[in-house]
Amino acid sequence: MPLEYVPGIPILRPYVDPDNKPFWDAVDRHEFVLQRCSNCDVFLQPPRPMCPHCLSMDSLEWVPSAGRGEVYSFVVFEADRMAYPGMKIPYVVVLVEMEEGVRLTANIIDSEPDEVYIGMPVEVTYNSPMEGLTLYQFKKRAS
Amino acid sequence: MTERTLKDKTAIVGIATTDLARDGGRTEYSLACEAVTRAVEDAGLEMADIDGIVKDISDGIDPMYLQKAVGIDNAQYCSDSHWGTSALMTGATAIAAGICNAVVYYRCLNGGSGRRAGNDFRAAREMQDEGLDLLRYDFYSPFGLLTPDGLAAMTARRYLHVHGIDADQVGWIPVVASEYAAKNPDAVFFDEAIGLDDYTRSALRVDPLRDLDCAPGVDGGLAIVLTRADRAKSLRQKAAVVMGVAQGTSTEGELLSNYSRPDIAALPEVRLMGEELFRVAGIDRGDINVAQLDDRYAPYVAMQLEELGFCERGSGVAFCEKGERIRVDGDLPLNTGGGFLGGGFTYGLNVIEAVRQIRGTSSSQVEDAEISLVVSGAGGPADGLILRRD
Repeated sequence: MPLEYVPGIPILRPYVDPDNKPFWDAVDRHEFVLQRCSNCDVFLQPPRPMCPHCLSMDSLEWVPSAGRGEVYSFVVFEADRMAYPGMKIPYVVVLVEMEEGVRLTANIIDSEPDEVYIGMPVEVTYNSPMEGLTLYQFKKRAS
Repeated sequence: MTERTLKDKTAIVGIATTDLARDGGRTEYSLACEAVTRAVEDAGLEMADIDGIVKDISDGIDPMYLQKAVGIDNAQYCSDSHWGTSALMTGATAIAAGICNAVVYYRCLNGGSGRRAGNDFRAAREMQDEGLDLLRYDFYSPFGLLTPDGLAAMTARRYLHVHGIDADQVGWIPVVASEYAAKNPDAVFFDEAIGLDDYTRSALRVDPLRDLDCAPGVDGGLAIVLTRADRAKSLRQKAAVVMGVAQGTSTEGELLSNYSRPDIAALPEVRLMGEELFRVAGIDRGDINVAQLDDRYAPYVAMQLEELGFCERGSGVAFCEKGERIRVDGDLPLNTGGGFLGGGFTYGLNVIEAVRQIRGTSSSQVEDAEISLVVSGAGGPADGLILRRD
């Protein structure tokens, strides 16, 4: 069963602050960006106020990403008590290693739990679980 | 390299737990008061002897309120420490520095019945909303990933995958824990030992973790009293001398969700902590007679065995296979009180069992145990102690 929400139960919103706001603002526009340090030429995830390599706060920039990656690990929420009540179980959370090297978590929205495997090619898509909330998500991709 | 300033300077001389229960019906304050007074009594000390109070960052009872309840009027050193049982290192440091003579550590938690982030998604989010949770879940909670069980399952999956481990074999860890727990009257979660088939029939909670992979919450309090090693000799109990104590942190650390580090199928905090711990103690892995590792999640026990150097990377599950090495007569008797899997997840219970092994009072006593290892904080900032007989 692809990802399904339970009507009437709000999905938890990301906690948006000045350090990660450009990321979530881009997601609202269905654009996918990643934080990068221009001094070190490394991508950083989760977003942060300082590059841990050069300790610069001014070199951080947001660059467009093709949103492609592979499943690095994943979990399947099977038990009611441990799952978020706003999502129908079983649901999958994937940890995806992007082509840029950083990893992000999200759901995989178009796959059965038993279709998901480590190494599976995926790409970013977007959904809107409720009014006023846009999330990035992952879907299958031809390798 | 710094000198071994904390080696043999302090000793654990008092331990106590309250009743441990799935639903104890008491306040955490009440648990703290009872545990602390009983640990001080166990040591053969008076409350007036206690001049230091330490606890971990997440314990809800402020030392100030503990003090007024138990009559500690002049604590010259109070400190919230990092996660796990690292507060014991804080206490040992204060004693070794000559700041105080006797420190009490406490951990009191209604983790079974109460609102606890570890067990319940809604509780975790409420606590986050109220600012009670210090963790950052921006990239996890909108996707239904928030409970520690879920966060740990991601690491467990990668670990099993990278090393080609048969997930069913992880079951030997809870099987042996249940054997120990069945003998320990304090361990409330197994009245009798289970078999590997009970494990493989256990419900998948957050695949790949089964219910029996995850330590349940428990209501209860515990306290531990540390004092100067030279003073410990004249006290009531056989002292557990702190031969080594250490903490470890590492790159891109979070609590369980260390997903941005180069390899998530590893516990670098435990490796770094362990290297320092053995260096401080001046002993080798083979000198350890009994170990209490952090079994909040069963696969993490295997990973700790690897990171601490008891076996090769990827072979921790095989190390525990059939349980022969980790039972009481094995090479490395492991989690001999039943661990968190059998006793409930409360840091400090593992330290108390490590002390019991030194005193000779464990419900599964290792014969002639002289050196006892305990590790807390697998999957986050880690800490550990090596205790020895005086």
